[in-house]
Amino acid sequence: MTYIRKPKVEYAGQRKNELGLNLRDYEGGLSTLCAGCGHDSITAAIVQAFFELNIPPYRAAKLSGIGCSSKTPAYFLSPSHGFNAVHGRMPAIATGASAVNPLLHYIGVSGDGDSLSIGLGQFAHAIRRNLNVVYIIENNGVYGLTKGQFSASADIGSKAKKGEENRQAPIDPVILALGMGASFVARGFSGDKGQLVPLLKAALGHKGFALLDIVSPCVTFNDHEGSTKSYAYTRENFQEATHMDFVPPAQTITVEQKSGEVVSVRLHDGSHILLRKVAEEYDPKDRGDAISYLQHHHEQGEVVTGLLYMDVSAKDMNAVMNLAETPLSQVAWKDLSPGSKILDEIFEANR
Amino acid sequence: MNQTAGINDFVIKIANVNGTGSASANALVMKTVFRMGVPVAGKNFFPSNIQGLPTWYEIRVSKDGYIARSGRVDLMVAMNAETYDQDRDEVSAGGYLLYDSTWPRVRRLEREDITVLGVPLSKISNENFEGARIRILLKNVIYVGALAALLDMDLKVIEQLLKDTFASKEKLVASNLKAIHLGYDYAKEHFECPLPIRVEAMDKTRDCMMIEGNAAAALGCLYAGATFGAWYPITPSTSLMDAFAAYCKRYRRDEEGKNLYCIVQAEDELAAIGMVLGASWNGARAFTPTSGPGISLMSEFLGYAYYAEVPAVLFDVQRVGPSTGMPTRTQQADLLLAAYASHGDTRHVLLFPSNPEDCFYHAVKAFDLAERLQTPVLVMSDLDIGMNDWMCPRLEWDDSYEGDRGKVLHAEDLEKMDKFHRYLDSDGDGIPYRTLPGEHPKGAYFTRGSGHNKYGAYTEDPDEYRDVMERLLVKWDTAKSLVPEPTVIAKRGATSGILAIGSSDAAVREALDGLHAQGLPLDYMCIKAFPFNEQVQEFLDKHERIFVVEQNRDAQLKSMLVLEMDVSKRKLISVLHYDGFPIGSNHVLDGIMSVQEQGSAA
Repeated sequence: MTYIRKPKVEYAGQRKNELGLNLRDYEGGLSTLCAGCGHDSITAAIVQAFFELNIPPYRAAKLSGIGCSSKTPAYFLSPSHGFNAVHGRMPAIATGASAVNPLLHYIGVSGDGDSLSIGLGQFAHAIRRNLNVVYIIENNGVYGLTKGQFSASADIGSKAKKGEENRQAPIDPVILALGMGASFVARGFSGDKGQLVPLLKAALGHKGFALLDIVSPCVTFNDHEGSTKSYAYTRENFQEATHMDFVPPAQTITVEQKSGEVVSVRLHDGSHILLRKVAEEYDPKDRGDAISYLQHHHEQGEVVTGLLYMDVSAKDMNAVMNLAETPLSQVAWKDLSPGSKILDEIFEANR
Repeated sequence: MNQTAGINDFVIKIANVNGTGSASANALVMKTVFRMGVPVAGKNFFPSNIQGLPTWYEIRVSKDGYIARSGRVDLMVAMNAETYDQDRDEVSAGGYLLYDSTWPRVRRLEREDITVLGVPLSKISNENFEGARIRILLKNVIYVGALAALLDMDLKVIEQLLKDTFASKEKLVASNLKAIHLGYDYAKEHFECPLPIRVEAMDKTRDCMMIEGNAAAALGCLYAGATFGAWYPITPSTSLMDAFAAYCKRYRRDEEGKNLYCIVQAEDELAAIGMVLGASWNGARAFTPTSGPGISLMSEFLGYAYYAEVPAVLFDVQRVGPSTGMPTRTQQADLLLAAYASHGDTRHVLLFPSNPEDCFYHAVKAFDLAERLQTPVLVMSDLDIGMNDWMCPRLEWDDSYEGDRGKVLHAEDLEKMDKFHRYLDSDGDGIPYRTLPGEHPKGAYFTRGSGHNKYGAYTEDPDEYRDVMERLLVKWDTAKSLVPEPTVIAKRGATSGILAIGSSDAAVREALDGLHAQGLPLDYMCIKAFPFNEQVQEFLDKHERIFVVEQNRDAQLKSMLVLEMDVSKRKLISVLHYDGFPIGSNHVLDGIMSVQEQGSAA
C-alpha cells in the first residue's frame, strides 16, 4: 500500500488554536518516507507553524516538484489543495497560481535535486520575480528515490555511502538566493524544531519570496561518517548566526524579548520578528556581508543557520505587475469582455 | 509581346531589403486596394534577420475573392539588386517589372516576355528629401506613388490612409504625400498609365477588416476572459502576446488603473506552460502562445495536464521544422507532435483555424473546451495565418457571453456534499468534477502526475490505474461531440473529395473551382478539430478516393486519419507542400491533376 490515511483521534485536553482546530487538523496522510527522515521533522514543523498562526488550513496551497521532499505535502495540511508538479518545475506552478489568487498562503516544498539541478533555472527566476511564496528546500545532498547519487549541494570531499568522494563544487541555495536578490533567506536544520518553527512563521508572514534551506539528513543514503549532510556532522558544525523570536500580530513584545541587542522587524501581516545576533559580526540586513560571512564559514566546514537576510521593502511579483486587488481568478465576466461595441471599434480601426 | 491584362485580378510582388522600412509602404499598397473595395491578401516572406537579407511582400488582388497564393507574379517591384535575377525570373510571362533605374541595369533585368519599367527612385528621393534614413524610407513611398499611377489606384484613398497611419504627425503625412506624388507624376509622364492590369473600385470589402491571425487570436483571448498569459518569445507567435498585451492595456484595467490581467515573460517554454497550469488550476483562464520548438519543451507538462486533468490553452503558431528549421517560414508540421505530445498514452484536443476569423472564435472555444474537458487544448495556427494580412469578416460578439467553466464545485456545492472525490465519473461522460484551491476544506485534493485512483489518491494498483486511464478515453469520446465541426463544400456529381486543415483552406477552395471548371468536381471537407468526429468518418466512407492536402513532408494529417479512423490507406492520396512558403491554389490544382493524369495514363 502506498498511501495511508491517518485516523483522526479526538481526546480530552487537546490543545486548540483560535480557530478551534487542533494540531491534527493540520496534519496530512501518514508519511511513507524512511523512519528517521529529516523531512518528517520539517513536516511536523510546518504543521505546528500553521496551527500556531491560526491559518485555516484550506487557505493554503501546497506545491512541490519531484523527489522525497516533494512527496511531503501529502503529509501535512490535508484540507488544502496540493499540486505535485513535474521535476524541478514547482516554481512555475507557484508563479501562475500566486498571480491569479494572492489571498492564499503558498508553500512550496522542494529538494536539492529538484531545485539545484533540474530546476535551478526556475528556482532562480522565482527569486528574481519575488513570488509571494514560502520556498522550502529539504536539503540532504543526495538523490534518495534513485538510491544515493550525489546532488548539486553535496560538498567537496563529502563521502557517498559506498565511500566515493564528491569532487564537484556545491551549489549553496542560500548564497545563490542572496546573490539573486532574494528578499528573505534563512537556513535551518531539521533536527532543530525550536529554530525551525519561528523561521517558518516569519517566512509565512513575509510578503515575497522566502527561502528556507533546511539541512535534512537522509538516514538511508547520506547519514554516515564522512558525509557533510549527516545528523552528526550538522549537529557538530551547526552555527546559529541569528536567533529569532516570532511575535504574532495581536501579541505585545515582552521586556524579556527586548533585552540584549534585539532588532524588531514588522512584517506585512502585522506580526513582528525579533532578531538577536548570535554571531557578533553578522548583519542580516547587509546582503554583501552576509554572502562573505557565509562563504567564509562554509569554508571552515560550518553550517550557518538562522534568518540570514531580510528585506521587507521589496515588492512582490503581483505588486510589480500592478495587479488588481481582486484575484484574477475571480474577476466578474462583465469586467473581462470589453463587449460588442469595442469589437466594432476594433473592426473600424482595422479597416 | 502579349502583355497580361485584367482588372482586379493580378499579383504584385515587392522585393525589398530587410530593415529598409518597406513594410509600411507595402501595407499602403495592400490597404489601398482593400479600401477601394477590392478583395486582397498580403503575404510577407521575410528572413530570420533584422537587417540586410532579402524580403518579399506579395499582394494578391482578386475580384473573385481568392486570397491564397496563385503561383503567379504579374508585377514585380524589384528593389533589391541582390535578388534581381531571381525576381526577374519569377515574373509570369506577359508581366511587368518595376525597378530603381537610378543606376540603369536594364540589360540584367531584361526578358523578352516581360515589360520592364525603370523609375529612378533613389535619384528622386535624394533630390527631394534630406537625411539618409528619410531618403531610404521615402524611396519606398515613391514606388507606391508610381504603382498608384500604373495600377490606377485612388490617390484620395492613399492620402486618407497616410492620415490615418500618421494621425497627429502632420509633417510625416506631408512628406509621404509628397513622395507619393513624385512617384505618381514620374510614372504618368514616362509610361502609358494605367497598365493593362489595374485596380478598379468595387464594393466587396465593406464588411471586412484586415488583420493578422495572431491579433485575432489575442482578441479571442481577451473576449474569452483570459486573465493570465505566460510565454517565451518565439517567432512566429510573438505578435500574439504583443497584441494581447496591447489590448489588455487598453481594455483590462480597473477604475484604479490596476491590471485585471497578468502576463509573465517566462524563462523558457517549460516554465511558461507550468505557469499556465498553476493559474488554470487556481481558477483563472490561462494561455500560452508558442511555436513547434516550444511545444517540444512543453511536452512533459502537457502529459501532466492530460493525466492530472488541468485545463490549458496553447497556441501553436507553426513554423518550419525540424529543429530550428526556418523560423520565419510556414508549415503544418506539428500535427503529430501536438496530438500525442508527451510520454505515455496521451492525446490532446487540437483546433485547426483556417484564417484570422477562425483564430478569434477558436480562441474563445479553446477556453470553453479546456475548462469543460479539463485538458489542454492546442490551437494549431501557423505563420501564414498568424503573421500575414488577411481579410476578415466583422467579428460578432454576444454580450451575454459567460464562458463555460466546466464542472467546478464551489463552496456552496461542497458544503452540501458529504465527501468530494476528484476523479469520479459521476455523469458518465468521462469528465470528473474539480474544485478550486482556497474555497472550502471539503474541496481539497492532491493534483499529481503520479498514478492516482478515481478518488484522487496515489496508487500503484493495476486496476485503479487502468480505471482512470479508461475513463480518460470516455472523456476523449465526449470531446468529439464538443469540438468545432468541419466545414463542407459539396459539388454535384463528385465521387472523390479533398480533406484539408488550417491555412490550406483558401488554396483548396480556389483549386476546387478550377478543378470543377476542368471537369473534375470534388467535394471538400475542411477539418476544424481533433479528435475527428463522425462527420469526418462519413466523408471518408462516402468517397472513392480522397486527396489529403497538407503542408508537411510526412503526410501527418493522413497518418492521423489512418490511425484514428476506419479508412483504407489506399484511398487517401497525399497532396503535400512543404517548402516553407504558404501553399498556393496552383499546388493543389496541379497536385490533383497530376494524380488524375497518371490515373488515366495507367
